[in-house]
Amino acid sequence: MVDASCDHAAWPAGALPVGARGRDSVGWWGMLCLIATESCLFAYLLFSYFYIAIQRGPGWSPEPHPPMTLAGPNTLILLSSSVAAWWGEDGARRGRRGRHLGGLALTIVLGAVFLVVQVFEWKAKGFGPSAGSYASLYFTITGFHMAHVIVGLALLSVVLIWSAVGYFTPRRYEPVSISIVYWHFVDAIWLAVFSTFYLSPRLMG
Amino acid sequence: MGSAVSPAWPMSYLTTFGPRADPVTGLTWGLIVLSLAVILIVTILVVAGAAVRRLRAASAGEALPVGGSAGGWSWIWIGLALTLIALVAALAWTIAVMAAVGSPPARPALTLEITGHQWWWEARYLGAAPGQTFVTANEIHIPVGRPILIRLTGADVIHSFWIPALAGKTDTIPGRTNLTWLQADHAGTYRGQCTEYCGLQHAHMAAFVVADPPADFEAWREGQLQLAAPATGPAASGEELFVERCGACHTVRGVAAGGVAGPDLTHLMSRATLAAGTVPNTVSGLEGWIANPQALKPGARMPPSNLSGPELGQLAAYLETLK
Amino acid sequence: MSAAPNSAWEDARIPRTARVTPDFPGPRLEEIWARAPGLKGWIGDVDHKEIGKRYIVTAFVFLLLGGIEAMVMRLQLAGPDRRLLSPEAYDQLFTMHGVSMIFLYAAPILSGFSNFLWPLLLGSRDMAFPRLNALSYWVYLAAGVFIYAGFVVGRGPDAGWFNYVPYASRTFNPGVNIDVYALGLILLGISTTVGSANFVVTFLRTRAPGMSIDRVPILTWGTLTASVANLLAVPAVSLAFFLLWLDRQFGLHVFDTAQGQPLLWQHLFWMFGHPWVYAIVLPAMGMVSDGLPVFCRRPLVGYTPVALSTVATMALGFGVWVHHMFATGLPDISLSFFSGASLIITIPSAVAVFAWTATIWLGRPVITTAFLFFASMIVLFVIGGVSGVMTASAPVDWQLTDTYFVVAHIHYVLIGINVFPVLGGAYYWFPKITGRMLSERLGRWNFWTMFIGFNLGFFPMHLLGLMGMPRRIYTYPSGMGWDTTNLIVSLGSGLFALGVLLFLINVAVSLRRGEAAGDNPWDAPTLEWSVASPPPPYNFAVIPTVASRHPLWEDRLRETEARSRLDEGLLLARGRETLGTSALDAEPNLILEMPADSVAPALLALGLAALFAGAVLTAWWLAGAGGAICAGALIFWFWPNRRHADLPEVADG
Repeated sequence: MVDASCDHAAWPAGALPVGARGRDSVGWWGMLCLIATESCLFAYLLFSYFYIAIQRGPGWSPEPHPPMTLAGPNTLILLSSSVAAWWGEDGARRGRRGRHLGGLALTIVLGAVFLVVQVFEWKAKGFGPSAGSYASLYFTITGFHMAHVIVGLALLSVVLIWSAVGYFTPRRYEPVSISIVYWHFVDAIWLAVFSTFYLSPRLMG
Repeated sequence: MGSAVSPAWPMSYLTTFGPRADPVTGLTWGLIVLSLAVILIVTILVVAGAAVRRLRAASAGEALPVGGSAGGWSWIWIGLALTLIALVAALAWTIAVMAAVGSPPARPALTLEITGHQWWWEARYLGAAPGQTFVTANEIHIPVGRPILIRLTGADVIHSFWIPALAGKTDTIPGRTNLTWLQADHAGTYRGQCTEYCGLQHAHMAAFVVADPPADFEAWREGQLQLAAPATGPAASGEELFVERCGACHTVRGVAAGGVAGPDLTHLMSRATLAAGTVPNTVSGLEGWIANPQALKPGARMPPSNLSGPELGQLAAYLETLK
Repeated sequence: MSAAPNSAWEDARIPRTARVTPDFPGPRLEEIWARAPGLKGWIGDVDHKEIGKRYIVTAFVFLLLGGIEAMVMRLQLAGPDRRLLSPEAYDQLFTMHGVSMIFLYAAPILSGFSNFLWPLLLGSRDMAFPRLNALSYWVYLAAGVFIYAGFVVGRGPDAGWFNYVPYASRTFNPGVNIDVYALGLILLGISTTVGSANFVVTFLRTRAPGMSIDRVPILTWGTLTASVANLLAVPAVSLAFFLLWLDRQFGLHVFDTAQGQPLLWQHLFWMFGHPWVYAIVLPAMGMVSDGLPVFCRRPLVGYTPVALSTVATMALGFGVWVHHMFATGLPDISLSFFSGASLIITIPSAVAVFAWTATIWLGRPVITTAFLFFASMIVLFVIGGVSGVMTASAPVDWQLTDTYFVVAHIHYVLIGINVFPVLGGAYYWFPKITGRMLSERLGRWNFWTMFIGFNLGFFPMHLLGLMGMPRRIYTYPSGMGWDTTNLIVSLGSGLFALGVLLFLINVAVSLRRGEAAGDNPWDAPTLEWSVASPPPPYNFAVIPTVASRHPLWEDRLRETEARSRLDEGLLLARGRETLGTSALDAEPNLILEMPADSVAPALLALGLAALFAGAVLTAWWLAGAGGAICAGALIFWFWPNRRHADLPEVADG
């Protein structure tokens, strides 16, 4: 009654992996669903920005050309954290423990730096969130992003601890991949947010 | 107004009385007929199919025959083709109607600014000269047979301005100005009502468009431009009361009452109803309304007056002079 | 025959196959999948069938609450100038009626049926994420209780389910009512989102071998489409409510008139709202597509066009939100576009209608109660559809919108395309869920009372609309020509309510005394009917292999050589396991380890409820405590499986 009698084409001929593994794991697919819905959330946020910008016309924003002295370098920091994350995941895949842990740790450090700089950026604004609809949307949208950074950092920290304790092997490290794809998503969203607030006003003159 | 219209269903738009609404009414009837035909056909198909092809129920568990899956797609194709024809016709007619009612047939004779308030309508008649502009409420007189341009906005929340027999709805949105136009081809009073839910007294927010023959309209307009005559006799103490107790919210042009929270009352007696169609404008209606608006229109912005009986009489007597 | 319990865990293995015999399955699968006794077992249960039943019962309770609210309103509106209700009471009632029906009944009832049915339809032992499934239910329950708690203390939402600003802003609506609604709906959005993600991954990864995407029942197409739409659309409404809450609570200015833009609310709300309407009808249409053919004794006519039209309806449904805003003063060019787009949605709907009608004509209908509900739905769908075509025409909509015509339309859509199929589905699947038949005799009474009551109560609303009666008014004057019609509407809706009561009686009686159902009382063709009624906790003793859309009719249809294999297949009994298969062709590629029962989902839902309650009461300590519970529950939940790491390193292959 074992595999030899298996005569149906749809039955597997060879061994099947057991449990979550790599991109076949349902957790990976679940994360993709989360990313899809969260991407829509940011799309609606940015829609709100552009809708009110168009409805209220020129003079809506209190800062026609938001300074990029902090935001520009900070964007580079966040992007480099994605490279570090990719490097760390590669370490997990190859079983290089140093690269695995180092990459994750570096990602967390860069993410934390981004967060701190972002707080300074907020403080550098001469207005608070209730100063007007531009201010409301600026703080809400960057606040939403910041919350995602914090969630991402929490995820990566837990995964780093689990990695350090030795829960993962080169064939079983889905939580690493899943948290890192979330981190890449958080970075990609920042590019959209950054383009909206810092670049698009320059394009529109 | 010999030829005045008084429809049995004052709010119906199945019969309409002006070029802004008439083409839409034709389309509405067309779609109603089409819809009923579709409903009838599908109902007959379903009922007849179930009756004609019916299989007597076998006892539970007994294997029933099962038919093959072949065929039937032609139903879908034929059905789709018919649907498509109906849709294209509906869309073409829709666009034709939109073009027909998009702008008035002639230069508007009059421009009105109508503002939706919780829960009444303010109507500002824009005149050629500064002194020719006046404000009234809830009852909007227009000349028969002339297109009227209306600029709509909201004072507080979103309302929707609707005179079914003359024009479809347009929202009055605070911070925006929407344009609509209407024209009445027959003299008469056309009832309308707010149709965007706007709070507690959304139900009591009627508007009336009164279409007058041009001469009557001009006379009405001249009357509205007048200031209130100084009160004499018993009404004089009522005027004092009014200025003191009502003037913060209501305007009567000609006396020191310039509030803008409530309707302009300069020519209150020219209106048939009070509180946006809630109460008939009679002596008892007026006294009852002033005594306690909250009993008739709970939640209305006008507080109970707390006047004594004689004071109420004096105030009403004064208001009765505002012809 | 079966694997030894707790044998050494393997990284990969060749799954054993087994044949179902009188001795097999023995008690082993039952032991593996049974839930623990007691309260902890009840709270921690992650069985999709149990969760599905909970969803169905809870949604029905909200249906009854919404129905009672409607009946009270109909008493008020039965005649002119009635003063049974204060305007404030009426406003809360009509808002809660909408919220209950649209958010707390219509979608969750379909989630309930889909939860119960999906793994059975797809040949799996559970959903892809059983614990997420439990979370989805608990959060839904919490959101419903949350919103109703506000209502019970007289602080229920009162700005309509659509909740337009500026009326819903703090300036015009200072009470906590709107905060309850805003936060309650964000909470519900979490439930909808995780539930939808679960359906999507379940569809893509856990179909039985051979069940390619052109062999799944239409119900799964409906729920899949709705779920994808929810993932894309729910963020719009959650965001709108969150921004509103920030405006109200912290003085932000997104929606206010002076500095923001009130119309943004309407865009965000209807970008969500219109797809949502399809999300709460497409799975129900799927029930008809699957159920009606069983009673017509033939497969559905046009499976492929019906499945494609399901997806097409939703795709188009994302492009028509502006037809809810035809009176807001948009330019004509925009009105023409959205009129056209709204009219085009008729096409996929017409495909379904003609496919169902053809199925009746080309089959041999057996007139059961379920058939009556399914077949009558076609007519009600068409009535709701053509009135939708009328409102899609912008100039006509300027007259129709916000009158009782639209009230009639939305009820033909939501009752006709949701409640009637759901009742049909209840008659059809009740035997599978409970093991007992509902009474057909009472069923006929149930159907005809509801059908006549519904049409008597709601068809005259079209006339009221054409006679100019606005929506959402708590009273109306005499002399408008509305009095008699309103009385008829009130009487008709009372009859309809009586019909619902007959259904409840039927359920109550049949649960105790209903005829035993057997595995397949309707001689139906799909996988759920191949297992016992009610199904065992593991669903399938062996994972079935599917060769066609109608595994149980293959011998009679004789359309292919291949035969599905239901009594022999993969065993998968080393703990809770099911088969993971590829997304399109359903080829096995993974053995999925399914989680044990867990109280983490209930705990997380509790934490979320505390977080939101804290926010609405501005009791930040409570919100903080809720957040801490959430964090703890999440870490507990996602603790990785240590034994994966303890394996000796062996090369793949």
